[in-house]
Amino acid sequence: MQEWANQLCENRQFGSKMTDSKYFTTTKKGEIFELKAELNSDKKEKKKEAVKKVIASMTVGKDVSALFPDVVNCMQTDNLELKKLVYLYLMNYAKSQPDMAIMAVNTFVKDCEDLNPLIRALAVRTMGCIRVDKITEYLCEPLRKCLKDEDPYVRKTAAVCVAKLHDINAQLVEDQGFLDTLKDLISDSNPMVVANAVAALSEIAESHPNSNLLDLNPQTINKLLTALNECTEWGQIFILDCLANYSPRDDRESQSICERVTPRLSHANSAVVLSAVKVLMKFMEMLPKDLDYYGTLLKKLAPPLVTLLSAEPELQYVALRNINLIVQRRPEILKHEMKVFFVKYNDPIYVKLEKLDIMIRLASQANIAQVLAELKEYATEVDVDFVRKAVRAIGRCAIKVEQSAERCVSTLLDLIQTKVNYVVQEAIVVIKDIFRKYPNKYESVIATLCEHLESLDEPEARAAMIWIVGEYAERIDNADELLESFLEGFHDESTQVQLQLLTAIVKLFLKKPTETQELVQQVLSLATQDSDNPDLRDRGYIYWRLLSTDPVAAKEVVLAEKPLISEETDLIEPTLLEELICHIGTLASVYHKPPSAFVEGSRGVQHKRLTSSAGSGESVESPDTGSAAVSEAPPTVIPSQGDLLGDLLNLDLTPPTSTGPPPAAAPGMQLGAMDLLGGGLDSLMGDESEPPPIPLRTDTPQSPQPPHQSPSPPDYSPTELGGDIGGSPAMGAGFGAPPAAMPASFNAPISGGLDDLFDLGGGGGMTMGTYIPPKTVWLPAMKAKGLEISGTFVRRSGVIQMEMTLNNKAMSVMSDFAIQFNRNSFGLAPAGPLQILTPISPNQSIEAALPLSTVGPVMKMEPLNNLQVAVKNNIDVFYFSCQYPISMLFLEDGKMERQVFLATWKDIPNENESQFQIKDCHLNSDAASNKLQGSNIFTIAKRTVEGQDMLYQSMKLTNGIWVLAELRVQAGNPNYT
Amino acid sequence: MIHSLFLINHAGDIFLEKHWKSVISRSVCDYFFEAKEKAVEPENVPPVLQTPHHYLISIYRDKLFFLSVVQTEVPPLFVIEFLHRVADTIQDYFGECSESLINDNVVTVYELLEEMLDNGFPLATESNVLKEMIRPPTILRSVVNTLTGSSNVGDKLPTGQLSSIPWRRAGVKYTNNEAYFDVIEEIDAIVDKSGTTVFAEIQGVIEASVRLTGMPDLSMTFMNPSLLDDVSFHPCVRFKRWESERALSFIPPDGNFTLMNYHVSSQNLVTIPVYVKQNICFFETGPCGRLDITIGPKQTMGKTVEALMVTIHMPKAVLSANLTATQGNYRYDLATKVLVWDIGKLNPQKLPNLRGSLSLQSGAPKPEDNPSLNIDLKIQQVAISGLKVSRLEMNGEKYKPFKGVKYLTKAGNFQVRT
Repeated sequence: MQEWANQLCENRQFGSKMTDSKYFTTTKKGEIFELKAELNSDKKEKKKEAVKKVIASMTVGKDVSALFPDVVNCMQTDNLELKKLVYLYLMNYAKSQPDMAIMAVNTFVKDCEDLNPLIRALAVRTMGCIRVDKITEYLCEPLRKCLKDEDPYVRKTAAVCVAKLHDINAQLVEDQGFLDTLKDLISDSNPMVVANAVAALSEIAESHPNSNLLDLNPQTINKLLTALNECTEWGQIFILDCLANYSPRDDRESQSICERVTPRLSHANSAVVLSAVKVLMKFMEMLPKDLDYYGTLLKKLAPPLVTLLSAEPELQYVALRNINLIVQRRPEILKHEMKVFFVKYNDPIYVKLEKLDIMIRLASQANIAQVLAELKEYATEVDVDFVRKAVRAIGRCAIKVEQSAERCVSTLLDLIQTKVNYVVQEAIVVIKDIFRKYPNKYESVIATLCEHLESLDEPEARAAMIWIVGEYAERIDNADELLESFLEGFHDESTQVQLQLLTAIVKLFLKKPTETQELVQQVLSLATQDSDNPDLRDRGYIYWRLLSTDPVAAKEVVLAEKPLISEETDLIEPTLLEELICHIGTLASVYHKPPSAFVEGSRGVQHKRLTSSAGSGESVESPDTGSAAVSEAPPTVIPSQGDLLGDLLNLDLTPPTSTGPPPAAAPGMQLGAMDLLGGGLDSLMGDESEPPPIPLRTDTPQSPQPPHQSPSPPDYSPTELGGDIGGSPAMGAGFGAPPAAMPASFNAPISGGLDDLFDLGGGGGMTMGTYIPPKTVWLPAMKAKGLEISGTFVRRSGVIQMEMTLNNKAMSVMSDFAIQFNRNSFGLAPAGPLQILTPISPNQSIEAALPLSTVGPVMKMEPLNNLQVAVKNNIDVFYFSCQYPISMLFLEDGKMERQVFLATWKDIPNENESQFQIKDCHLNSDAASNKLQGSNIFTIAKRTVEGQDMLYQSMKLTNGIWVLAELRVQAGNPNYT
Repeated sequence: MIHSLFLINHAGDIFLEKHWKSVISRSVCDYFFEAKEKAVEPENVPPVLQTPHHYLISIYRDKLFFLSVVQTEVPPLFVIEFLHRVADTIQDYFGECSESLINDNVVTVYELLEEMLDNGFPLATESNVLKEMIRPPTILRSVVNTLTGSSNVGDKLPTGQLSSIPWRRAGVKYTNNEAYFDVIEEIDAIVDKSGTTVFAEIQGVIEASVRLTGMPDLSMTFMNPSLLDDVSFHPCVRFKRWESERALSFIPPDGNFTLMNYHVSSQNLVTIPVYVKQNICFFETGPCGRLDITIGPKQTMGKTVEALMVTIHMPKAVLSANLTATQGNYRYDLATKVLVWDIGKLNPQKLPNLRGSLSLQSGAPKPEDNPSLNIDLKIQQVAISGLKVSRLEMNGEKYKPFKGVKYLTKAGNFQVRT
């Protein structure tokens, strides 16, 4: 279609006659032909009708791009409707016909000068929607004029246009100074212009985390609050979301903003209400709790939240997800509103489940009777998922409200009497939890439970029942018979049940050694000899040895007192909760995940945190700042040596030496139009730092900050380097628990792959051999229907391998595995199919190693070492991304000739240089050099200058880029440049 | 912001798409279809879905899915509200929101969508403003258009977009000036087996139909504003006046609009107008059960309960119902397992009763779930919460308008558990 369409256009352009009738054999093509004739008609009306028909075809997804020149010809008209229609068409097809689109430019420029502001606005609006680079150049001048137009309608349209242009060509927008003009518009006299400017700036800021675009100060805040009262509902949302990013100077300012935002709680638009709730929830933290106003504010928050629940179900769902956060943070707001969360039978299931969750969170001694009555009601509903969750909820109530435990247990027993299979099974699972919370209190019910033994067919319920039998074996007369009955089909059971059974029988044996000897031998042999599952085998052997060597010790181990469980387990972790409170109303709040964990396109999302008057805890640890490492840093530092990796970053990128005398590095970075490291590096070397790591530093004053030595980059530069080159969730976390023998206290934000690599420098025992980062979880089971993948990357004898542990946490068997990579910076691709020959049964885990090649398609990733992976199995396709250590890309032949090295070194332009420090390494230069060689970082030369050892090193990446490094090691000083 | 919109019908066909930024392939909807498949019932499709590169936020209205695609962090409520606004606008323009009507007016819908969003930012969502730019189709207009060759797209700048009262257009003129208000209350309640009210609240709304010349400034006061727990207003209402005097003061939009929503939930204020005596049971032995329902008036404030209707979702095993109704008639839909008893007016002297036997699928076990009763009713001339408008005044214009307030109570989500 597209092809003949293009041909058609060419024919038109060259003025050839329409002889291609063969293209119009089908009715569909005939239609196009007819339209073409009509479009070129002299009659205005006919023209307009034709354009309408074209648009109609376009909206239903038909390709009418062939008519491009004909439609554009209709653009020069004074009929506004026709003009609008042509604009609609242009926006849709300009991208596919960039050359033709240029034809339209003149009309646009002319329209931008029109007397009618509606036309001016329309022209500037449409131009911004034509996503063609060539057009954007012509757009700048008209846009500049429109931003200063006398008519606010034009200004507000132009403000949005800046955001559009930024999306197409960010550099252009910055160069032209549009961002500053946009910032000025925040102080515009017209509230709609203000709102649109805020909206545009917010959108730009999201793709631009470092720019202080929305630099809020009390004056701008005042402007925004004024505009808030007068602009449209949508504008109010933008402004409120923007306000939420502001940190008031003191509680007085906080209170005054709250006072001015409170009226928004009565808005008919639920998004306005929720954004206002966000601002209030955040700024409330600043207010002293004894203030009268604080109490008033708390009271004002409840009614609007309740009202949100009478809206459409979709709105309810989002509101409920947010209320779930709010009740965890401030349960007092809704503590009297339990009833609004009662479930109606015709609520959609997603609303039902959320309501249930909140009911449990609000359950207290005061309302538990009501809640239980409701839950019991729900347990007789039709929807199986809902019923199950309701039964579980009863158990959670028992654990949460101690006084109600007895009533909960009797309710559960009632439910068991219904004999509805899945109800019974759920009930048994939760009763197990109740036993864990209140040991030795409700054992009287065991007899009832045992009656239902046969009906249990779900692993979780069976495992729970077995646990109960084992735990209370001494009180159950026929415990041995019961357990024996399970043993018959031992190999058909899921791992969960097998493990439980093993433990339960050992418990039984320890309690009644005389009668059960045979049973225990049977289970031990089943577990150790006949099972393929390593977990089961290991546990079997441990028990076996314990029992055979020291039965007393066995008793102490196996029958040890267990810690009580509490309801805390299902609460959101407080630091995460604080961050989520700052994101009320956003997608993050719906998913209960920090934005950094999932929002695409916003690199380096700013971590918001509640600034509380009480100075509450720090914000959640972001995976990419590696703060976990900071907190693990030991308070004292043993000065050591060997900072290699800092130098690794003192890297320069030069083209492969095969091109003769190495030219300056800059062109090298453009290898294959792919400025892999280069692009990353350039942006790294920028003077702006990423905000997140800085607070982290200040948060941990114990983290050593030895004086910087030598011409070091600005203080935060290394932070950035680490953050972008290697900083990755995986690496950061991996660093948290390094296998290093000595306390490795790097400046943590540096973290990242290179630090990891350096772990081997710190870890004295691990001489030679490539550094293998510890496995980290790439794909949590929650996200992948029970499949958990953890893994790492390693270079073994010249082959890059991806080593994975696949763990099946679902109830069903998984098979038919396959793996695929997205294009990535270094062209990594699987060198063969994923070798998982046997299906993975529930709770089994399997190790798999996948050799990788580096000849796959290349695309620059952000961060550079990011790898997006898709794994398929019989259930679904799952996606995750992980980061690999750069070090695995270093080739064995990365040793550069000395002369070449020298020449190259000199030719490296300054802009490709980077300096980096690695602190507190405990190695002398030789040891360091040896260790690095294990990872294919070769020392070319060593020189001693003024008591410092200088190591000159080279490494070669798989894509042929050389990296040269100078490593300065000074004895007794922990810093190396 | 909002990137694209797909309209999808009940069967899962995409029949309209609109992109406000670059074009996103339809294939992104596959994730949605997958979720739809899984949810079985269209109502149960989760409104927010995550895909590897996009987020899909959808609403289900009038048997249509409005599915929007977003790429960046956008408040989901913002998107959902907007989608409802799109559906409202289509309904407002064409009378109803259906696939065939949208297809018939596809270009107008497309023009509307283009006016409603710019680059994903809402542009003009007030129906007054939209109607000034794109006139809704009427038979008369299409005749006039063909005769005169004029278009149905306005060529003037929509004045409302600029003023501080964007909801009202300038230069409104009527020969008959009238302002009517409907106070409509819906009772949401759950009543348990024994007749005790588990939960009850009232959702109230004041719908206005205002056709007044010029720039009238209205103010409305209530006899008992303290009843209201939570209120939300049309943007035209001056919040300060409400805070200080509990009066609604506003310059109204032209035409029909929702002036305010309110909420009454303090239990003691919510009266349930009828009581229901019911007994639905299934026998342990034999494939049958019994049903006996009686409805009587409880507190109706001296007014008649009308349009009384009982809807019961029966357990799957119920094959047929052999019942007798003393008033009205009943029908049992075998396919959906829904029993509807349409009673009509409630006569306090002779209470309506429905009784008889239910037959079950032979061999099927006794149903585990008890069906809930859904009650529908209407009471004219009364707001069940007791809310009353005391005065309605107009300033700013000289003429004397016709004014009127009507009250109506309805059952919202009124459930009786068995």
